[in-house]
Amino acid sequence: MNDHTEPDQPATGKATNGNGMSRRQFMKGSGVAAAATALTQAPLLEASAAQPAAGEVPGMGPAAGRLTLNVNGQKMTTNIEPRVTLLDALRNYLDVTGCKRVCDRGSCGACTVMLDGKPVYSCSMLALEAQGKPIRTAESLVQGEKLDPVPAAFARYDAQQCGFCTPGFVVAMKAVFEQNAKPSPAEVERGLAGNICRCGTYEQMRDAIYALCNQKRRS
Amino acid sequence: MLWLAEPPLGHKLNKAKTHLWDDSMKDIDYTAPRTLAEAAALLNDKGDRARILAGGTDIIVQLREHRRDLDLLVDVKNIAEVNELTFDPARGLRIGAAVPCYRIYENKDIAKAYPGLIDAVSLVGGVQIQSRASVGGNLCNASPAADTTPMLIALEATCHIAGPQGPRQLPVETFCTAPGRTALERGELLVSIDLPAPKPHSGAHYLRFIPRNEMDIAVVGAGASVVLDDKKQKCLAARIGVGAVAPTPLLVPDAGAALVDGALSDALIDKAVQAARAAAKPISDMRGTAEYRKHLVGVLVKRAVQGAIHRAREK
Ligand SMILES: Cc1cc2nc3c(=O)[nH]c(=O)nc-3n(C[C@H](O)[C@H](O)[C@H](O)COP(=O)(O)OP(=O)(O)OC[C@H]3O[C@@H](n4cnc5c(N)ncnc54)[C@H](O)[C@@H]3O)c2cc1C
Ligand code: FES
Ligand code: FES
Repeated sequence: MNDHTEPDQPATGKATNGNGMSRRQFMKGSGVAAAATALTQAPLLEASAAQPAAGEVPGMGPAAGRLTLNVNGQKMTTNIEPRVTLLDALRNYLDVTGCKRVCDRGSCGACTVMLDGKPVYSCSMLALEAQGKPIRTAESLVQGEKLDPVPAAFARYDAQQCGFCTPGFVVAMKAVFEQNAKPSPAEVERGLAGNICRCGTYEQMRDAIYALCNQKRRS
Repeated sequence: MLWLAEPPLGHKLNKAKTHLWDDSMKDIDYTAPRTLAEAAALLNDKGDRARILAGGTDIIVQLREHRRDLDLLVDVKNIAEVNELTFDPARGLRIGAAVPCYRIYENKDIAKAYPGLIDAVSLVGGVQIQSRASVGGNLCNASPAADTTPMLIALEATCHIAGPQGPRQLPVETFCTAPGRTALERGELLVSIDLPAPKPHSGAHYLRFIPRNEMDIAVVGAGASVVLDDKKQKCLAARIGVGAVAPTPLLVPDAGAALVDGALSDALIDKAVQAARAAAKPISDMRGTAEYRKHLVGVLVKRAVQGAIHRAREK
């Protein structure tokens, strides 16, 4: 199943509350209802990816429209309003929750994802702007039981306390390695300058990254 | 945050659609025209109810914090002209208004020819911001503390503008008119920023002061560009741009003029420093007092000039 639409997406293996609905499911449920109301007021135009008729500028809003995103190699479709950020689209509409919402204002890095091979803050761009571009989140760094070396080193060196900043840091660090397999300390610092750890686990992150860089040097 | 006050007349507020999690930005229309003419027509039609969306690192945050109230975002990233980035050693550099910072510093030819510009674009936020933020957006946001603008001023950039009355050009130092305001008229948008080809024996440098190592707004910024003679002992031309010391980034013509007045020496550079301090009309705010900024602008101009001379001599 490559194409999933939010409303009928099954929620399996998730903690549920009293009435048998997970928190996320509940939030989605109300979102779907709201989106349905919105749709009765005919969107101005279909999503911006639609081919415009001659003389017509593609656009949409303020009501919800259909949006398809390419997340970790999967096509995911949902209905969203133009004002929804990429972060909220991923977390609240598509259940891709590796990217975290912390400052929500483009300054802490917890929401970092790779967009078209570049690290970006998903909280300070519109989901619409990500159409047609590959998006990779922290989830892409786990294949079954196998962790990518970057999160594996973070786990091994205990480079987190609350762990909320961690998905952002590992995605940003992965981006550094994709630019240069043997980054200099200055390149690492530059690549992580846009990420903040409120628990202050920088020392352990340093150990993890040092180990990673030395492994890469040896191999 | 729900609306506390009545929305402005004509605003299409639909409370039923206000979700728990995406209510921090009001309802808005989004459009992505493919031509400059379409973009200009939309902007002309909506006036100040519409704004351009480039990287969004300023505008999205401003909208979500309700610091701006708009009905329409016009995403220009589908328009070819604003994505253009071309360098020709004879003709110079064209930076499309929506080109993100990373495309500039990842281009080896540009990095070699315009090291001062690279100083500035590598300072804007962190890598995540640089993946999105454009030099055009930095300029059009018209913050007095924008990092790339003083360097564009020192590098003698020209703004290419499109609009309902046809294209026009402006020297970059006249583009910002007040904090958050530009010389753009109704319906106009910035298309590109053009830099002249670097002259022989030229060099440029930008630096800023912030209390952290990165990710902060400049307390003061200074950019310098110099052209030296064949022996590299005299300055033939110089331009100094400074930021965060006036309502707009400033060109300081007197500082540039001071440098072309004889053989290069510390005393000559000091004259440029004095000229920059005289031109600065800073305010006091949480980042520093006016007095502190006046002192700092001199320190930074000195270092920017020394850096520019060093690069010109290295070439
Ligand atoms: C965490 C963080 C750190 C930052 N650090 C810095 C920093 O160190 N230095 C610094 O200078 N800035 C910094 N900024 C501010 C911001 O990133 C820059 O100003 C950026 O260059 C804006 O470009 P953009 O493409 O994102 O613009 P947008 O947000 O898309 O647009 C900015 C403004 O310009 C207008 N606009 C954009 N393009 C055009 C056009 N072609 N024609 C007409 N109007 C246009 C928009 O309508 C909007 O009002 C930071 C921002 C964040 C969130
Ligand atoms: S949540 Fe996006 S940068 Fe903090
Ligand atoms: S581990 Fe808690 S913020 Fe980094």
